[in-house]
Amino acid sequence: MSNILARLFPPKTRRPDEVVIEIGIILTMVFLVYILTSKKKWGWLWREWLTSVDHKRIGIMYLISAILMLFRGGVDALMIRSQLMVPNNHVLPVGQYDELFTTHGTIMIFFMAMPLIFAMFNLAIPFMIGSRDVAFPRLNAMSFWLFACGAALFNMSFLVGGSPNAGWTSYPPLTELAFNPGVGQNYYLLAIQIAGIGSIATGVNFLITILKMRAPGMTLMRMPMFVWTSLVTSALILFAFPPLTVALAMTMLDRLFGSNFFTITHGGMPMMYVNLFWLFGHPEVYILVLPSFGIFSEVVATFSRKRLFGYTAMVWSVLTITFLSYGTWVHHFFTMGAGPGVNAFFGVSTMLIAIPTGIKIFNWIFTMWYGRVRTPVAMLWALAFIPTFVVGGATGVMLGAVVGDYQFHNSYFLIAHFHNVLIGGTVFGLLAGVYYWWPKTFGYKLDEHQGRWFFWLFFIGFWITFMPQYALGFMGMTRRLYTYPPGLGWSIPNLISTLGAFTMGAGFLVFVYSIRYSYKHGERDLSGDPWDGRTLEWSLPSPPPAYNFARIPVVSDRDAWWEMKQQNQTHVIRVNAQDVQPIEMPKSSSIPFLMFVAFFVFGFGMVFEWWWIAVLGGLGVVALLIAGTFDYEDHEEIHPETIRRIEGSLGRLQG
Amino acid sequence: MNVPIEPESQSTQMPLEFTSEHESLKILGFWAFLATDFLLFSSLFAVYAVYQFRVGMSGPTPAQLFHLGPVIFETVALLTSSFTCGLAVYEMRHHRLKGTIIWLAVTIVLGAAFVATEINEFLGDIALHDTWHRSAFLSSFFTLVGTHGSHVTFGIIWALTLLIQLAGRGLTQVTTRKVYMFALYWHFLDIIWVFIFTVVYLSGKIL
Repeated sequence: MSNILARLFPPKTRRPDEVVIEIGIILTMVFLVYILTSKKKWGWLWREWLTSVDHKRIGIMYLISAILMLFRGGVDALMIRSQLMVPNNHVLPVGQYDELFTTHGTIMIFFMAMPLIFAMFNLAIPFMIGSRDVAFPRLNAMSFWLFACGAALFNMSFLVGGSPNAGWTSYPPLTELAFNPGVGQNYYLLAIQIAGIGSIATGVNFLITILKMRAPGMTLMRMPMFVWTSLVTSALILFAFPPLTVALAMTMLDRLFGSNFFTITHGGMPMMYVNLFWLFGHPEVYILVLPSFGIFSEVVATFSRKRLFGYTAMVWSVLTITFLSYGTWVHHFFTMGAGPGVNAFFGVSTMLIAIPTGIKIFNWIFTMWYGRVRTPVAMLWALAFIPTFVVGGATGVMLGAVVGDYQFHNSYFLIAHFHNVLIGGTVFGLLAGVYYWWPKTFGYKLDEHQGRWFFWLFFIGFWITFMPQYALGFMGMTRRLYTYPPGLGWSIPNLISTLGAFTMGAGFLVFVYSIRYSYKHGERDLSGDPWDGRTLEWSLPSPPPAYNFARIPVVSDRDAWWEMKQQNQTHVIRVNAQDVQPIEMPKSSSIPFLMFVAFFVFGFGMVFEWWWIAVLGGLGVVALLIAGTFDYEDHEEIHPETIRRIEGSLGRLQG
Repeated sequence: MNVPIEPESQSTQMPLEFTSEHESLKILGFWAFLATDFLLFSSLFAVYAVYQFRVGMSGPTPAQLFHLGPVIFETVALLTSSFTCGLAVYEMRHHRLKGTIIWLAVTIVLGAAFVATEINEFLGDIALHDTWHRSAFLSSFFTLVGTHGSHVTFGIIWALTLLIQLAGRGLTQVTTRKVYMFALYWHFLDIIWVFIFTVVYLSGKIL
């Protein structure tokens, strides 16, 4: 018994700050259970959310999880910056510092950015293509619950068993059992693997949804740009995740079952992992940034009241980026020493990506040119993105220059570069999307005034945080450094950088407050088209009914909704009372949520090498798959009377 | 050419599993899944190709480890099962439930013979202490071939659930779609095995 307890709660889970957080989490859970019980909301939670297969509900669940994870990853970042604020600092123990930079990176990439992207997919794409749902609604719910399972496993690591501590890339041999005992790395491997299954399923789902479920008349070249970038992102996911699956599986087999993939004495090679990881990792960068490019295209066109400039060039540059992204992975480790020929190839392929990206930047600028530009918060993020991403891209080209890279490799220059593109590209884009589609999702706008506070704090904080890090990189400060002596000239830039990080943190608090405030006092969106939008989602009421479109629109041009408005044809979205047909919709299912439970049990058993628990969970997964295949009742009809009532109450019924 | 299409000839033009939009979407989705599974195997093949001669200090080489006898039996069993699986789909396309079930059952039996032989081969290796604890080559060998074997095992369980559904529900849009998807999966595993046979066993014996 004491043995089990020692394994569950090793000393590193009993640091004072973690005990405080632990108590906080327990109290929050007790509070939530109390609220749900006292307001009799358990049934509501189960029926409306946990078993829902509605893409709108799933999108909202992704969104909430992503904001929670942004908080967790952000707190990690602030702790890292606190440790680096002044020289010879020891506010954090060394071990905890290692855990923090590991969880910060992993959470931000896999459990914040990915779900936020999937939130945008779910909340926008079916509307934009004029569809009532995604191709595989139950699989969609499964994807979410597998992500949630991975996120839950990963986040519980610091409370039970100890956090992973080998960096977000987790290279062997540092991740081998001999050098990294304990369960931390097991958490990393299992959590990402399980969430990865969900990501692949999402890739399949949206690929097929976009290819096969578009409204009549919406040809590929009439799709909104966000749909295009989501299409190629889905394809990227399908082709990029398998190498990661293999890399993680090999590490897991080495750690848990004593195989020899990365142990040099038995013929293994750690560089095998590094290659496979980045064979995934570089396309992953584009998985993260391309959806944002799509969001910017929508936002910039809407708020300039102009068609997107150079649509065809945009499509081709997205496809070129997708193709090139598979040929650049070695630039993450030029210092491996593959030789001048190999390095030159990957250096050139890396720099080539700047060309299609440059085309896109110019297209956004030309879209605004002579447009009637408005600047709500969503547009501010798009405007801020352009200079930020250009700096990030230019430093990326510097890193792609092989000779220079030997100097910059794994220095703070690199840290500044990828935060420059990931925050300036991905995060700004997703925040633009959050502000842009919030009224569509919830029926009210986020407060613009508070949004501006959030924007300026976060944007200025960003530059203050990361510009000094470029300088620090040139001065020789390496990444993952625990502390540094005074007198190197590093103290002032580090102090400035930390102040910037806290400014960003303050911005985040304003954002959270703004959500709370707008929920009560935000401007209600009664028209369904608060931004004078161009694409089909704005033809729907906010929030849209369960079946989205009472009548599937027929598309005759790009920017379909804008065209309808120009030609005074907006009445075509209204359905005639006599013509209402029953609509077949997917039925709620408890299997996706039970899958979460089964995978969680499996993952937990694997992490602690308690095989009977893992086998139990694995059998649960198989049993649920079998239960799923025998479940033929996965659709239900919405009665025409219900549709008439809903459309009537929205004032969208003709005759 | 305004010849009216008879219901009979229409059904031969459009197989039952493609007549419902929902079901035909699922088939396309399954193709996409197969694409990513193919890349999973590609990654494992790449790992194996790099590790196949990295036998560590004392591990056996591929030529010492492999016995072609059982491997050829496995190959014949799996290739034949792919043929019988094709026959099951042929029967299904001609709306013959009994033939579909029989050939699917034969496919399962052949698949089980394949898995049993493979397990037996692995157990033989383990009895000689040629486990993956010994070398990177053995690690990558057991992982690649084992991943294929567990796919086949999964396929057998899947086909068993299909037999029950076919017996209970007959040939409907849904059950034919499921059989067709299973057939895609089964042929896919066959193709992977052809690569394993060539890249792992044949080249291991010859190189």
